[in-house]
Amino acid sequence: MNDNAYLSISGVDMTFTKGRTANPVLRHIHLDVRRGEFISLIGHSGCGKSTVLNIVAGLLKASAGGVIVDGREVNEPGPDRALVFQNHSLLPWLTVQQNVALAVDKTFRGSKSAAERRDWVLHNLEMVSMGHALHRLPAEISGGMKQRVGIARALAMQPKVLLLDEPFGALDALTRAHLQDEVMRIQGELRNTVMMITHDVDEAVLLSDRIVMMTNGPAATIGEVLDIELERPRDRLALSDDARYNHYRHAVLSFLHEKQRKVEPLSRGAKARACEALSA
Amino acid sequence: MNTTDTVEPIRLATPAAPPTPLPDGLRRAARGFMTHVLPPLVITGLLLLIWELLGSRPGAALPPPSKVVQETWELIASPFYDNGGNDVGIAWQLLASLKRVAYGYSLAVLAGVGLGVLVGQSTWALRGLDPLFQVLRTVPPLAWLPISLAGFQDGQPSAIFVIFITSVWPIIINTSIGIRNIPDDYRNVARVIRLNGLEYFGQIMLPAAAPFIFSGLRIGVGLSWLAIVAAEMLIGGVGIGFFIWDAWNSSRISDIILALFCVGIVGFLLDRCVAFLGKLVTRGTSAG
Repeated sequence: MNDNAYLSISGVDMTFTKGRTANPVLRHIHLDVRRGEFISLIGHSGCGKSTVLNIVAGLLKASAGGVIVDGREVNEPGPDRALVFQNHSLLPWLTVQQNVALAVDKTFRGSKSAAERRDWVLHNLEMVSMGHALHRLPAEISGGMKQRVGIARALAMQPKVLLLDEPFGALDALTRAHLQDEVMRIQGELRNTVMMITHDVDEAVLLSDRIVMMTNGPAATIGEVLDIELERPRDRLALSDDARYNHYRHAVLSFLHEKQRKVEPLSRGAKARACEALSA
Repeated sequence: MNTTDTVEPIRLATPAAPPTPLPDGLRRAARGFMTHVLPPLVITGLLLLIWELLGSRPGAALPPPSKVVQETWELIASPFYDNGGNDVGIAWQLLASLKRVAYGYSLAVLAGVGLGVLVGQSTWALRGLDPLFQVLRTVPPLAWLPISLAGFQDGQPSAIFVIFITSVWPIIINTSIGIRNIPDDYRNVARVIRLNGLEYFGQIMLPAAAPFIFSGLRIGVGLSWLAIVAAEMLIGGVGIGFFIWDAWNSSRISDIILALFCVGIVGFLLDRCVAFLGKLVTRGTSAG
């Protein structure tokens, strides 16, 4: 384990057992993340990316190995590892403001006064440009706006590690690009440590400091780690013509489509079994 | 349950527009009247007319509406008279029934939501209790009356018990389905922000299950109003059910028809009250 690692995943194995059949999903996952680093996990669907994230979040318990965040072992979910869900997961009966306030009030009950908490909620919603829709219900705003609120809710908990589970997966391409830029801007300001799951190669190269590429399941593990040495702030337009950018893109693509070519029937079965195990 | 809202047809603009257009609010009110108030008025009027014609034939068994109004005018005009004993106005009769329903239904709401949460949360409780619920909920309301009379030795608590036992099942079952259908994402949100048990119950579980709970409450209030009339026919005393039975025994058919009308209106209002409450609580996410 690296001493200056802020988030450290060491020797994580994950096996879902259903009845008598054991289904190894992850094997020997080792990853050290520095403070303020933006890490992307990329891999084919069914390779266990989400399982890694859920273990870091504390929502799943690893079969072996452990996760340490800022010197403390993870054994339950908590606001220090706030999660942005793929489908936003806003509570539909609460307004935009109330959704964020629920998390803020609970997290900072002891440390901030009611007025400070209110200001903090507004501040975070302003940061994702949602200050104009405080009293709307989730059903009344677009998918991109919902995801902004989901990001504001996670940021408002001042997490040590921000976990993004395919945060832009359900959005159309234009909205996605816009939100990616916003996340880059916010990350530039706050210097959060971020772990993001994605299967979008451009998104991974554009946003990350390092891309962690996972092999196919069952018993998936980390195949390669690619350092992205592009200076920030990054501009998608300028980069699209940049030789280094295209080189990184090519490296990820070749990992995904040559070295880890997807064997369809096998992976699909593994994913189905993993999903069954999750829902059981 | 859907309301009687009709789909508004797309109309062509009338070529000859009125020279002085009506103010906007007035026009909207007029259109609302045309689309929502007029159809039920026309249909009700037609049915009343048919009834009037059938009832006025010589030898008709049931009185026509005109005769009903004429014979029950005293009851309609003074709903709040009180001559002591059972001889009180129809409003008092209805209020007495409503009071019984209020007691029985309140108990059913408390027990139903409580048991529903238990069964929704615990698979063990579900397996243990569900067969019991499924069998008991098919027992007709009146079948409970003799056994509750035997148990309570008194009419008043027996009627309340019958209301309770009739309306509690849909509340239990719907609540438990609502709890079981809470998306995992909401649970995960609650785990990440570390809500404790009580906070989870109040902030996530109840609101998430509220649409289901309220559809159970709505079915429940309807059933309890169905049961009260039948129960009161048997236990006697003041109450709209006994009023109907009493009218039948003294051959006051017009009184029965008036009472049926009142029972229908009150049942409709009860249903709408619970639906309105549900809409308020669930902020329109309820299917009500």
